[in-house]
Amino acid sequence: MSDWLLLILTMIDATVRVATPLVLAALAGLFSERSGIVDVGLEGKMLGAAFAAAAVAYVTGSPWLGLVAAIAAATALAMVHGLACITFNGNQVVSGMALNILMAGLAPTLAFAWFSQGGQTPLLGPGRRFEPIALPFADAFAQIPVLGEIYGRITGHNILVYAAAVSVPLVAWVIYRTRFGLRLRAVGENPSAVDTAGIFVGALRYRALLCNGLLCGLAGAYLSTAHGAGFVRDMTAGKGYLALAALIFGKWKPLPTLLACLLFAFTDALQARLQGVSLPVLGQVPVQAIQALPYLLTVLLLAGFVGRAMAPRAIGIPYVKER
Amino acid sequence: MTANGAQAPAVRPPAIELKNIDKRFGPVHANRAISLSVPAGTIHGIVGENGAGKSTLMSILYGYYQADSGEIWVDGKLTKIDDPGDAIAAGIGMVHQHFMLVDTFTVLENVVLGVEGGLLLRAGMDKARKELKRLEREYKLEVDIDAVVGDLSVGLRQRIEILKALFRGANVLILDEPTGVLTPAEADHLFRILRVLKQEGKTAILITHKLREVMAATDNVSVMRRGEIVGSVRTADTSPPQLAEMMVGRKVLLRVERRPAKPGRTVLEVDGLAVIDGHGVERVKGVSFQVRAGEVVGIAGVAGNGQSELIETIAGMRAPSGGRILLNDREISSPKSHLSPRDLRGLRLAHIPEDRLRMGLIAPFAAHDSAILGQQGRDVYNRNLMLNQGAIVTSCADNMQRYDVRPSDPKLASINFSGGNQQKIVLAREIEVDPEMLLVGQPTRGVDIGAIEFIHRRVLELRDAGKAILLVSVELDEIMGLADRILVMNEGRVVGELKSEDADENKLGLLMAGISSKAA
Repeated sequence: MSDWLLLILTMIDATVRVATPLVLAALAGLFSERSGIVDVGLEGKMLGAAFAAAAVAYVTGSPWLGLVAAIAAATALAMVHGLACITFNGNQVVSGMALNILMAGLAPTLAFAWFSQGGQTPLLGPGRRFEPIALPFADAFAQIPVLGEIYGRITGHNILVYAAAVSVPLVAWVIYRTRFGLRLRAVGENPSAVDTAGIFVGALRYRALLCNGLLCGLAGAYLSTAHGAGFVRDMTAGKGYLALAALIFGKWKPLPTLLACLLFAFTDALQARLQGVSLPVLGQVPVQAIQALPYLLTVLLLAGFVGRAMAPRAIGIPYVKER
Repeated sequence: MTANGAQAPAVRPPAIELKNIDKRFGPVHANRAISLSVPAGTIHGIVGENGAGKSTLMSILYGYYQADSGEIWVDGKLTKIDDPGDAIAAGIGMVHQHFMLVDTFTVLENVVLGVEGGLLLRAGMDKARKELKRLEREYKLEVDIDAVVGDLSVGLRQRIEILKALFRGANVLILDEPTGVLTPAEADHLFRILRVLKQEGKTAILITHKLREVMAATDNVSVMRRGEIVGSVRTADTSPPQLAEMMVGRKVLLRVERRPAKPGRTVLEVDGLAVIDGHGVERVKGVSFQVRAGEVVGIAGVAGNGQSELIETIAGMRAPSGGRILLNDREISSPKSHLSPRDLRGLRLAHIPEDRLRMGLIAPFAAHDSAILGQQGRDVYNRNLMLNQGAIVTSCADNMQRYDVRPSDPKLASINFSGGNQQKIVLAREIEVDPEMLLVGQPTRGVDIGAIEFIHRRVLELRDAGKAILLVSVELDEIMGLADRILVMNEGRVVGELKSEDADENKLGLLMAGISSKAA
């Protein structure tokens, strides 16, 4: 009985760890895509932020300065995307992919040039990472049998996990309850309506990308200074694309997107758990097949179960006033 | 200096006064030194052909574009309008031809967009709800404000646009081609709303190319031609022919002269035809008629009563579910088998489809390529295995001359011609191969009056040359002007047949509405 509880709790634990960057990145993508700008560049922005966080945290000794650097880096990249897509009406997918390719090369190159450790940043010791923090009454709860176990899982994560948890209702509130949110949703559906209402389309979309950069920065910093201890080449490993898939699966809405992220993270935790385990009927399944599980699920979900994905109508189309 | 109770009769300055507005788009001189005065509390019509610069002028007034030079005076004050926000602040509202609404939003959300009244939505929305209720009552603009816009009819969406403008405190309402998408009943309702607005002291500017609407709804009218205002008159002092002449710059016959028909043998025979569409709905229900050589048979009806399916089936684009079609006594279509459009072309049946841009030509193609669609196999256009580009361009240029297509540039993309000129390209293609039977669907939809006259002349010339012509149109004037016999369709059935000399709008209107005329 308590074995099972322990198993479930460790699975939840693993799910939360994997889900955190997905949630942050997916919400970042939500701002961009709801404003009508395709965001395949999540991967590159996260990678750039992860590198900036690790490098600055190592040099200054402060993960907080690292976080600031991560946000700055991701925002700068988001602005480049904005320049290409909003100001110069470029192709949004091309611009996003360019960011991904750029950062996949640039981050390890800079790491190599500055730290000479084969394209990594030096390992971040204690004090240079975000450490687990205990929520109030953690000790008191620990005395209670089952509840203590559960609260023990809720407490003891690093600050960025909590930031991700808070960001979901916060983003939902911004999108549905504020003036900015209303305009954001409108500009992704019909930018002409926004323009004729006397609002500047370009400025609005740039503001959406600022929110996008902020959240991407958090996601990147989590990877290198909270979950990991330093930047490693290709450390995003497709999480940006996974986050985009979760956003689509969640129909560009905050809460369903969170659930999609949790589902993807859970399959990831499951595959880690299943590796090397002999299954009842199938016997020992090759590791590679199990590792492919989350991606297989992504394809299946996106292909079949989403139904008609109701994308923001104006997504991907540069806004040019008609003649 | 005592306060005087008696008020001097307020002379309101013009609601809008434009002085020497000039605007170029590259080489195109869209507006040339335009001066226009719109008295407050009137409905002012602006008419002109497509491309005359009406929409550009109004977009400048609404701050969507900036004039290169000139002044805008609102209520007697010189006003600088750099963007729509300035226009809204100056009390100018616009109802665009293509509605500026977010389909996924509710009516309320659409109305408050841009004037939310605070960083958070709730308070502003509650206030807007009350204000909207008041406006609805005051101007008789009923609409469910919590409905999602995407679910509403076109007429209702237009009402939301008007509400949007009024909610922003508009005193001047610009309506850009407002009736293009409306049914006649909806259009009448719109004009009633405009009259209510006028009673409340608002000013409306109505941009249109439909002369009947100008005559029915406006107090004054200004006519634009090639970027200039060629005249402003009181509506009561003018007439449709006079306006048409001002628009086109020459005398235009609103109804082309027609000699009596001399019908010959039967060319097309439709016998008990039934058609089921892609959704499984029976759209044509047992229709029978004949078209003889040398006559025009017109099919009238409100759009969507089976006319489209009927003409497409005759053209070989759909299979019938019942009945049969004969062309020169040869069966060309039955539920068992039907000839393809290509086969039918070989039998000298030509088709000018209803929807130019979807079926008539390919928008991004150069005019000379659109001009050979379906005829690309003809010998004159081919040399060995290749298309003979030279011959194709020459033949297109030649047709452009004879059909007065402007600009007469075969290399220009089809989409860049105005509706009337696109239609002439299609018309030339279909009738230059000397068909025996011609199917014509909505030949003048979105076409300037100058081109309408040309197209109507051509159709009658073909009739007089002994061709059989089937015309489908929702424009009653067109049907009555061209057809020798008129069939009225309602819900997939032919509900009446009239000789053109017996037909009038009243009789046709009743038949179209499905009210069988038990004429005494």
